[in-house]
Amino acid sequence: MIPRPKPERFRLRRTMMFMNAQKPSLIKDAYIYGADTIMLDLEDAVAENQKDAARFSLYHALTTIDYGDTEVLVRINGLDTPHWKEDIRVAVAGGADGIRISKCESADDVKSVEKQILAAEREFGVEEGRTLIMAALESAKGVVNAYEICCASDRMFGIALAGGDFRKDMHVKVTDTGIDIMVARGLILLAARAAGVQCFDTNFADFKNMEGFEREVRQNRKMGFDGKSIINPRQIPLVNELFSPTKDDITYAEHLIRSYAEQFARGVGVYTVDGKMVDIAFIKEARNTLKYAKKCGKYSGDLDQVGGEF
Amino acid sequence: MINAIGRDIPEELLVNGKRVYQGKNALDGTYVQRVAPQTRRAERPVESKICTNIREACERCGAHDGMTVSFHHAFRNGDYTASMVMKILVEEMGLKDITIAATSLGDAHDLIAEYIEQGKVIGIQTSGIRGRVGETVSSGKLKSPAILRSHGGRPRAIQAGEVHIDIAFLAAASSDECGNASGMGGKSNCGSLGYAIGDSQAADHVVIITDTLVNFPNIPSSIACEDVDAVCVVDAIGDPAKIASKELRFTQDPRELMMAEAVADVIAATPYFVDGFSFQTGAGGPSLAANHFIEAHMRERGIHMGFALGGITGAVCSLQQKGLIDKLVDVQSFDLTAIKDLGENPNHVEISASQYANPANKGAYVNKLDFVVLGALEVDTDFNVNVVTGSDGILRGAPGGHPDTAAASKCSIVVTPLTRGRMPTVCEHVVTVTTPGDCVDVLVTEYGIAVNPRRSDIAKCLDESGIKHVDIEELKNRAYELVGRPDDLEWEDQVVAMVEARDGSLLDIVRKIKPLVL
Repeated sequence: MIPRPKPERFRLRRTMMFMNAQKPSLIKDAYIYGADTIMLDLEDAVAENQKDAARFSLYHALTTIDYGDTEVLVRINGLDTPHWKEDIRVAVAGGADGIRISKCESADDVKSVEKQILAAEREFGVEEGRTLIMAALESAKGVVNAYEICCASDRMFGIALAGGDFRKDMHVKVTDTGIDIMVARGLILLAARAAGVQCFDTNFADFKNMEGFEREVRQNRKMGFDGKSIINPRQIPLVNELFSPTKDDITYAEHLIRSYAEQFARGVGVYTVDGKMVDIAFIKEARNTLKYAKKCGKYSGDLDQVGGEF
Repeated sequence: MINAIGRDIPEELLVNGKRVYQGKNALDGTYVQRVAPQTRRAERPVESKICTNIREACERCGAHDGMTVSFHHAFRNGDYTASMVMKILVEEMGLKDITIAATSLGDAHDLIAEYIEQGKVIGIQTSGIRGRVGETVSSGKLKSPAILRSHGGRPRAIQAGEVHIDIAFLAAASSDECGNASGMGGKSNCGSLGYAIGDSQAADHVVIITDTLVNFPNIPSSIACEDVDAVCVVDAIGDPAKIASKELRFTQDPRELMMAEAVADVIAATPYFVDGFSFQTGAGGPSLAANHFIEAHMRERGIHMGFALGGITGAVCSLQQKGLIDKLVDVQSFDLTAIKDLGENPNHVEISASQYANPANKGAYVNKLDFVVLGALEVDTDFNVNVVTGSDGILRGAPGGHPDTAAASKCSIVVTPLTRGRMPTVCEHVVTVTTPGDCVDVLVTEYGIAVNPRRSDIAKCLDESGIKHVDIEELKNRAYELVGRPDDLEWEDQVVAMVEARDGSLLDIVRKIKPLVL
């Protein structure tokens, strides 16, 4: 059994790559492509009569492969299927970092899953509370209930929009501009931020269209998402890059923190940098930028540690 | 006797001045006496050297029992010539005890395997051995051990008289009646005839086999009529579909792309990546794709390549068309795009295998190579590479130019996935060493990069560029964790092949594999 570090509820999750848990050739080394999270799928990728086989493959992957720092989550079958409880038992027994609830529509759904997880943790001697939860919102009802879903469990780290089913529910098709699911994106972002959890955008299915993909990822980032679902390894580098602070962001943040440290020593609270007024809020933001840049492997200095006094 | 890379070479093979491998460049600066072929004088006016059939050409050239014949492999798996000629020698003329000195043997040569089994062919000397020929030699049916040489080692051996070619049968896309022959201008073009040029100059007799006869003089030509005894016109010299694909395509496999990108990053991190640098890459997935990523680095630095060497691909031609490469130096044209380009582009030039890679001449092109990107079947923790035997111990590969470019370039990069199916590619000991570890500088896998400890200078460059690298042991351990440590192969005593280092010393041997009993 490969020991895995205790999952962090809030960590870097720019890219979440989905793969069929039934395919050993895919899952044996899925971490090499540099996704922050890999999502081993027991749901839609696995045929109805192959669910058992997929669980075996999943369990053996989890217990024999060292995924290192890469987060390993399991997408279980929907709560309206006969599979989800057994999916949870296998994922927890194997030591997965967390469970993604498919088609989540309410706080009760989250609580049902949480109950099964706890039972499985007890059954298999896994530390109670170790297994995290995220919810996929795939219907109008799920999106409308986003806030209560986010607040339903201490294990909850984030929600994701699942565009395929959601668009069907809304009677819309994929558009170039994203107008089709714009409102839902906005709503779940608001709910997640209000609840203090992370928020992830749906995958981009047309993986040969890198131009359209880049446009969407840039928009995701501007809207405030924490990351995106990925269905092909070729999509990973772009998302990781666009969801990391730029060199300019980092340089400016360093500049702000250095200048503030000087001003603070002289007893100044508000002053101007490059013609713009800055105060303590800017400095906190700059420090967060550097902390985030460090997690992304883009920053190796120590200014993110400076100024406990702010 | 144990050689410099720890391989035990049986004493009985160390005869006639044969030595064991003593390390890279052990013979640098020493002198070698070249031998010259016997040449039949042709003083009278001659209309034509055309023979009505191959048999007539063989008879005119004195074909006899126990002779050595040579073939080249520019027509790859589409080659008809070697089988066609061997059939006439063995079945029509009843000759026996023939040694074949080919530049490579593969899937087009099953018939030769048949003649090995019949005992008609008793010796094989080649730079590549695949298909049934490889299996037959591995099963111990060849009377003497096959000799495997690199593309540079082969012309060295020929010039040193270690192999004496009685008749070279050289397929050419076009020829005139006197034997000015070319890889272009015919029905089945192969582009460069780099591997045939040396044979045309070193064999006692030279027969050109073509399916396209053109008016005299067929110039520019790769093979000159002064070296040719006879010309045979046949219906077809090869199957165009198997000679070359239209254009080798870049891989879309994310794993291979990732490795290709890492290769380009390593190259860009070294001090040799400056304006005018030189580069060679193969046609395999990650090697070919490395061209794409190199282009990005070249544009970013605003530099261009002085020359690209070796097997030339459409990908390399396209870089040149974009103004990123000065010269293409072509010993073998890998696809139809490259073949066409060789015919049209004055800055795309054919060279012979000796010019390309021979370590015993006064300076081959490989000596001017900055970077080479190479594949591998296996790499061990001493950086020894195997490109000739499969995990089952059977001969199924080609040293080709691998050992020459690895040895002579400033930075040699081997790129390979960590595992293939259930087999670890990075391992404790490769089955057969074809390129010694002292010639391999960097290993790139999808699990990480390892730098040969002999090249701490390159390791430092990677550190400075923020490129992570690990000890090769770590990669090997990771491979074994994934797929397990394979059982050692079980061999019989019989030596079926000798692997010569490019300088002619013995690098390794291949023994007969014990048949698998279930």
